[in-house]
Amino acid sequence: MTNDSYDKPMPEPTPDSAPYWAGLQQHKLLLQKCAGCGRIRHYPRPMCDACYSTDVTWVEAAGRGKVHSWTITHHAFVPGFRDELPYVLATVDLEEGVRMNAQLRGADPVSLRIGLPVRVDYERAREGLTLPILRAEG
Amino acid sequence: MSLREVGAVTGVGETAYSRDSGRSVLALQLEASLNAIRDAGLDPKDIDGIIPYAGAVVAEDFVTNFGIPDLRFSATTPLGGASCVAGIQAALAAIKAGICRHVLLPIGRNGSSGGRIGMRVQQMPQFRVVGEFEMPLGAIAPAQLYAPMARRHMELYGTTSRQLGEIAVSTRGNAILHGNAMMTRPMTIDDHQASRMISDPLRLLDCSLESDGGAAIVVSGAEYARDLRKRPVYVTGIAEGHPDSPSAITQRPDMTRLGLAKAAPKAFAMAGVTPADIDVAEIYDCFTYIVLCQLEDIGFCKKGEGGPFVESGAIRLGGKLPINTHGGLLSQAHVVGMNHVVELVRQLRGEAGPVQVTDAEIGLVTGYGDMGDGSVAIMRGG
Repeated sequence: MTNDSYDKPMPEPTPDSAPYWAGLQQHKLLLQKCAGCGRIRHYPRPMCDACYSTDVTWVEAAGRGKVHSWTITHHAFVPGFRDELPYVLATVDLEEGVRMNAQLRGADPVSLRIGLPVRVDYERAREGLTLPILRAEG
Repeated sequence: MSLREVGAVTGVGETAYSRDSGRSVLALQLEASLNAIRDAGLDPKDIDGIIPYAGAVVAEDFVTNFGIPDLRFSATTPLGGASCVAGIQAALAAIKAGICRHVLLPIGRNGSSGGRIGMRVQQMPQFRVVGEFEMPLGAIAPAQLYAPMARRHMELYGTTSRQLGEIAVSTRGNAILHGNAMMTRPMTIDDHQASRMISDPLRLLDCSLESDGGAAIVVSGAEYARDLRKRPVYVTGIAEGHPDSPSAITQRPDMTRLGLAKAAPKAFAMAGVTPADIDVAEIYDCFTYIVLCQLEDIGFCKKGEGGPFVESGAIRLGGKLPINTHGGLLSQAHVVGMNHVVELVRQLRGEAGPVQVTDAEIGLVTGYGDMGDGSVAIMRGG
């Protein structure tokens, strides 16, 4: 796939989120950990809402979680997703206490339930962009 | 100090609603505004405050086109679909502070002919967070971003698609009676169930319309409202509320609770009434599920009981709590909920014609926007 043919929304990393996107390239799910109070937060942002520190370390998530909710999309709102229909978008409670959202691959729709164990995997979307995906555990 | 009875809605106006207006957004807003100002018995030059919907049109456009000599207050309330009702709160605050007397709140859009919602929403500041972290994964449109709230509600409480369908069907029935509505074909629960799935559990008929049109209201200070052309409709309670994790539903501790859950108790306390006192309600309905969730967050029923509540027929004309008597965003037109305010005012004036709720004295209108912002106003007829 050439860059010109990629017709899905592209992330525009900021100084606050660049390590997250770089981590995905390395197949690591990196989360911000407040250097002031130790709280883990997601999505990446400049400030800890508990202690207002802007210092962070980045910790690698275990990549395991449980389904919190989901939707099965049957309509492509931009053309780039047409070939993937229908696809499952799952919201997942990670073991680290924050949530993530990603496409859940290979799960039978009737098996979907709150609490379904999933693990994080990675998929190269295009040059320079790796996205997280989810797979049902086991 | 509160905003109770500080002001009233004194004028309401709309354009026709269509799929292709062939007119500029500003022209639509000026027509709706002029209708609202004349409904109040005012002249455009009496307007001294303007709260436009954040976007294509600015207060200066109204100064220019109406020749307003002395605009004293302008602001925007960027809460997406909660903006219109939140704008009433801002208007009342400005009136209470003595800044202005008659505030115009216009809205209008070519939401149908002006291009469909796609990648452009990624650039909007209120979608910046999901734009970076969720849209690249395929969670792009509101239907996809909101569907997990509905799914979780269904899993936790047993809410069904047919119960969501009751909201669509009831609203369509009202639109057909109303007269100024885009959707005029009868709908059954079976039609709803047969409509194609957009983002499960939301079907096509769970989604609101894309519309061209405009709507506007005038909010006046109470002492200036009394002698105008129409009976004033007083605002007795008003509040806005922002959910936890307001920019990303994914990260919200309880995704079955909207910002409205924080606002509603404040509005009821200000008005000195309870949900049982409400005769008619216009509930922001970008999606059927959002209506159901708001009915719970307001307290018309308990959390989790929205499905049986709507299924009982409570929300139909003649029911315990008629809602969206104009057809709402689902079947009248999507003008970001200003049409809900217009309709509530007409109900409380007794001007609602074939959809008039008998003896409607106290009413409620909500807004819902972006990722869960909420706003609510309680009004009474003068």
